[in-house]
Amino acid sequence: MTDLAIDQIADPARGRTGRMIVYAIIGAIGLGLLLAPFIFPDVRSQEVAARICVFIVLVASYDLLIGYTGIVSFAHTMFFGLGAYGTAIALKMMGPGWDAILLGGALGIIVSLVLAALVGLLSLRVKAIFFAMVTLAAASVMAVMASQFSDFTGGEDGIIYKVPKLFSPATKLLTDEDGKVLRIFGVKANGKMAAYYFVFFGSLILYFLMLRIVASPLGTVLEAIRENEMRAEALGYKVVLYRTAIFCIAAVIAACAGILRAVWLKYTGPETTLSFAIMIDILLMVVIGGMGTMTGAIIGATLMSLAQFYLKDLMQLASEATAGIPLLPELLAPDRWLLWLGILFILLVYFFPAGIVGTLGKKGGHL
Amino acid sequence: MPSASLRTEDLTIRFGGHTAVDAVTCEFRTGELTVIVGPNGAGKTTYFNLISGQLRPSAGRIFKGERDITASSASARAKAGIGRAFQLTNLFPRLSVLENVRLAVQAQRGLGPVMFRRTASFRDLRDEAYAYLDATRLREAAALPVTALPHGDQRKLEIALLLALKPDIFMFDEPTAGMSVDEAPVILELIEGIKKDTDKTILLVEHKMEVVRSLADRIIVLHNGELVADGNPDAVIALPLVRDIYLGMPAEDAA
Repeated sequence: MTDLAIDQIADPARGRTGRMIVYAIIGAIGLGLLLAPFIFPDVRSQEVAARICVFIVLVASYDLLIGYTGIVSFAHTMFFGLGAYGTAIALKMMGPGWDAILLGGALGIIVSLVLAALVGLLSLRVKAIFFAMVTLAAASVMAVMASQFSDFTGGEDGIIYKVPKLFSPATKLLTDEDGKVLRIFGVKANGKMAAYYFVFFGSLILYFLMLRIVASPLGTVLEAIRENEMRAEALGYKVVLYRTAIFCIAAVIAACAGILRAVWLKYTGPETTLSFAIMIDILLMVVIGGMGTMTGAIIGATLMSLAQFYLKDLMQLASEATAGIPLLPELLAPDRWLLWLGILFILLVYFFPAGIVGTLGKKGGHL
Repeated sequence: MPSASLRTEDLTIRFGGHTAVDAVTCEFRTGELTVIVGPNGAGKTTYFNLISGQLRPSAGRIFKGERDITASSASARAKAGIGRAFQLTNLFPRLSVLENVRLAVQAQRGLGPVMFRRTASFRDLRDEAYAYLDATRLREAAALPVTALPHGDQRKLEIALLLALKPDIFMFDEPTAGMSVDEAPVILELIEGIKKDTDKTILLVEHKMEVVRSLADRIIVLHNGELVADGNPDAVIALPLVRDIYLGMPAEDAA
């Protein structure tokens, strides 16, 4: 670390160029997501764009824990799932209304908050590894419960439900003179677009909220706890309370992301919210983007989601393009996409040890 | 007789079979600078850790004024006005110098839980932090991460953090160790400045005899965890016991 820090001071220009690259990438991703319904109108791209929005929030909130405060938790999908299931169950039972989203979402958030406070106060004073195990246990219990109480949760099949009429594809947001749905740049201004912007702006608000938190006095205390817990305590900061507070905040934000996911998908099941595979995805996104950087969440979530959705297609093309050459088409066969995803990760971690943002835009300390 | 601002009663800590601090009963009075001396391993830093709350005693009590703080956490003691600079540099390595001091300023002001306002919007927080950086001659380094500071500057930053806490009781653990001859006087002047304020109590662990002589109102001597001498500087330094156990060894090696 010391060498790295001195290195940057010797060469501040390198860090500056790196930061410019990062901001350019963030700008491009932001613009792409903002205009996604117009630039990428097909169903699958919409799916990817909405997933990226939600995962940016989820990854950034997880980074508040692991990157900023140094808390390792495996329960983040549990809170994500609570928000999603709360909304889903309410929509299923009360019918497709905003009241159901509000009530179900609020319940999901409250349960997340209470669980986070309990887990935090009971176990955040112990060693980090023990805390990680407690969160793992809690998340497993929640996953088992979701699968067992199938009358409520639909078990392994999950729940399919309807969302408010505003988000139905048949809804005309705007109409032209003939009373038909208005087309903007050839794209129908229908309920699907409304649903996407609900997810987009919901995620944007949550993201800005987190940006504010990390730039606040509280944000610096979190970093201080990560850097030197004992000294933070010696300055008069009650470390356990701060840790519990950020664990609760991150849990609430994850639950909010779960609400957005549930409204967008019109389906909630273990595979979309609670599974351990999602927890691993979040971890990888944080690491690839760069721990302790809010912008890293954007890059990590986007890069990984794009790879998960499009690597197979890309390999299909590559495999066909190299059809005449021996061996290559075999290696590039779309079925092997997971192998290449793995290689991609290894390369990323090798060349960007502090994550993409962490390595490119390494700050030489800031005021 | 000035009032006791800090008192330890039979303060003891054992690590396994080893008694590092052994039934130390001592009062520290407001307006007084007490230097704690003793050979390496005498228990000086351990005694400090017991007072500031990093360690819990095996027996005995600690009072701040009339209040029993034996069971209080380190953070509660810091809030109650016991401030400590550490001997081994103990900072937030990857944060900037300014951020380190600002953490202490915002702790003192109770601003830690503020989460919806940008730190940058607290102008006075920043100004106050800069004032402590000026006092310790660190303004130029404000934007650097701690890891990029030379050792002497890290020690000065320790002092800046302590000043920012505005404690009633200042605890310095060898504040000038590892500093160059140019840097040490800055710190000693600061300590003299605090001493002029008669509301403050200062505890200072120090080896350098010229520093001890120029600053001390009183010296206590720890040896094998026990309090073996206590009195005005000239009398304590003159004690044969003290000459044997402490001054007999080369002072510069005793860090």
